[in-house]
Amino acid sequence: MTGVPMVLAEKVSKNFGTNRVLRGISLEVGRGQVLCIVGPSGSGKSTFLRCINHLERVDGGRLSIDGELVGYRQKGGKLYELKLSEAAFQRREIGMVFQRFNLFPHLTALENITLAPIRVKGLSKAKANARAKELLERVGLGDKGDAYPAHLSGGQQQRVAIARALAMDPKLMLFDEPTSALDPELVGEVLEVMKELAKSGMTMVVVTHEMGFAREVADTLVFMDEGVVVEAGPPRAVLSNPQHGRTKEFLSKVL
Amino acid sequence: MSRAESGGMTEADPGKGPRSGSGRAADDAPPEAIVAIPLRHPWRILIAVVLVLGLAVFVLDAAQRPDYGWADVGKYIFDRRISQAAWVTLWLTIYAMIGAIVIGLVLAIMRLSPNPVLKNIAWLYIWIFRGTPVYVQLVFWGLVSLIYPVFTIGIPFMDPWVTIPNGIFTNLFITAVIGLGLNEAAYMSEIVRAGLLSVDRGQEEAATALALSWGQTMRFVVVPQAMKIIIPPTGNEVISMLKTTSLVAAIPLSIDLYGVSRGISAVTFTPVPLLIVASLWYLLFTSVLMVGQHFIEKRFSRGTGRADSGRQSPTSDAAAPAGPAAPGAVLPGEPGAPLGNDFGGKG
Repeated sequence: MTGVPMVLAEKVSKNFGTNRVLRGISLEVGRGQVLCIVGPSGSGKSTFLRCINHLERVDGGRLSIDGELVGYRQKGGKLYELKLSEAAFQRREIGMVFQRFNLFPHLTALENITLAPIRVKGLSKAKANARAKELLERVGLGDKGDAYPAHLSGGQQQRVAIARALAMDPKLMLFDEPTSALDPELVGEVLEVMKELAKSGMTMVVVTHEMGFAREVADTLVFMDEGVVVEAGPPRAVLSNPQHGRTKEFLSKVL
Repeated sequence: MSRAESGGMTEADPGKGPRSGSGRAADDAPPEAIVAIPLRHPWRILIAVVLVLGLAVFVLDAAQRPDYGWADVGKYIFDRRISQAAWVTLWLTIYAMIGAIVIGLVLAIMRLSPNPVLKNIAWLYIWIFRGTPVYVQLVFWGLVSLIYPVFTIGIPFMDPWVTIPNGIFTNLFITAVIGLGLNEAAYMSEIVRAGLLSVDRGQEEAATALALSWGQTMRFVVVPQAMKIIIPPTGNEVISMLKTTSLVAAIPLSIDLYGVSRGISAVTFTPVPLLIVASLWYLLFTSVLMVGQHFIEKRFSRGTGRADSGRQSPTSDAAAPAGPAAPGAVLPGEPGAPLGNDFGGKG
């Protein structure tokens, strides 16, 4: 593991108007590590995730990915906001998976996966297709390349969405409650794919309510509430022996 | 997954399940049909009879009135001048609509762009062109060649470098297309904007997260999905435009359907039959367009949000994943129901 952490957040804050959603989040995710963030709704965990790939602008503190500041460039002690194209360039190496899948319904599973590699990376169609088929195979949907999202189950759609994010060969994957919109019996297949991904050494930040998954896969578990990190540590320690009252209260409700 | 779903189906549909044959024959017998006297609607019948009689009286009367000049209607309906003018009206409609759709799309995208300059330009355009009557606009466009007899390129208030005679606005057909198209573009942009806004925000977000630029997001993700919202009202606008072309008389352009029929009647002093002739041609075109519109609306109204199902066989929602497609769906380490329960932490 090299010195620079994949994600380094130092007192990151974010306001929506007068609403202080993030109040100084500091945490670190090393290369190949899996960080799970849990917490009640409205605790800012999704907002923090969206800050990591600059879907939301960070208002205070410092947030850097692989040693590079997100959304800003530092020059002579001053911060300059990045151009849209520069921000897009930063996102090329950060994959994101959404709660509601957000597959493109007018494209087939295969086209969903190849769109960005062809348009952003300039891959040839043949190359992108071959890679997309590999990825579909990897998430267990090798025969679903020609299916439109509407013809896939929620679990299948989410697996295609994971494959779509992987097609950009990201060094970091963000998961925003990837199983929360799924029927209970479809949750397992998506978690299975994510576990395999974690095993392969992918650096992941996962906002989730799946405590079982967090316990098994995460290197670090973070409990967030009201825009601050209340507690962080190895998942088994946090889950079985929480130190803070708020963590205890939350865990008693979800476990 | 597939096992769970097919199980759910048999439960939800007991009539087709295996249980239906066993000892429950009595339940399966068709229920006795209801014999009742249907509700009568005497007023509907009465009103219909009165209206039909009234219409018959009007038709019989009109057939005998000389002012309608039915002989002239028959004489001019297939007159070469009229059919050529109908052709002109058709092309006016087509060109103006093509222009309007292109400009409307650009305006709508400008209004939704993050760039405040573009946003305000589009707003100003729409404000002006929707806020003034199309008839007044057409009169104005007819006068442009008088206001600007020549186009010049150069530094303002100095001797121009290049001078081009205003050939665009001296051609009245092109003037008409520009006038109609620019006006319609303001309305089209609102239709396009509604279509673009109808696309779920998550789509744009997903595209952004994939590092697509804003333009690429629009082109490959948002606009294609907006089309199914945009196309049906656009069909209506085409029908509307066909009729609006009669206003080019304001320019004044007189080679369109209404213009020519008016021109003929000015010579023959038979305005009514020629109005009927023009109306019949307009009706022919709009009827054809309405039939087309009917099919467009049918095609695009298929379940909002899943309109793409039209591209594949129209299988029902429940049947598609549970059917023969299932085997491939269970691949990653057989994650059926048990795994899901293991990690469904809330249990």
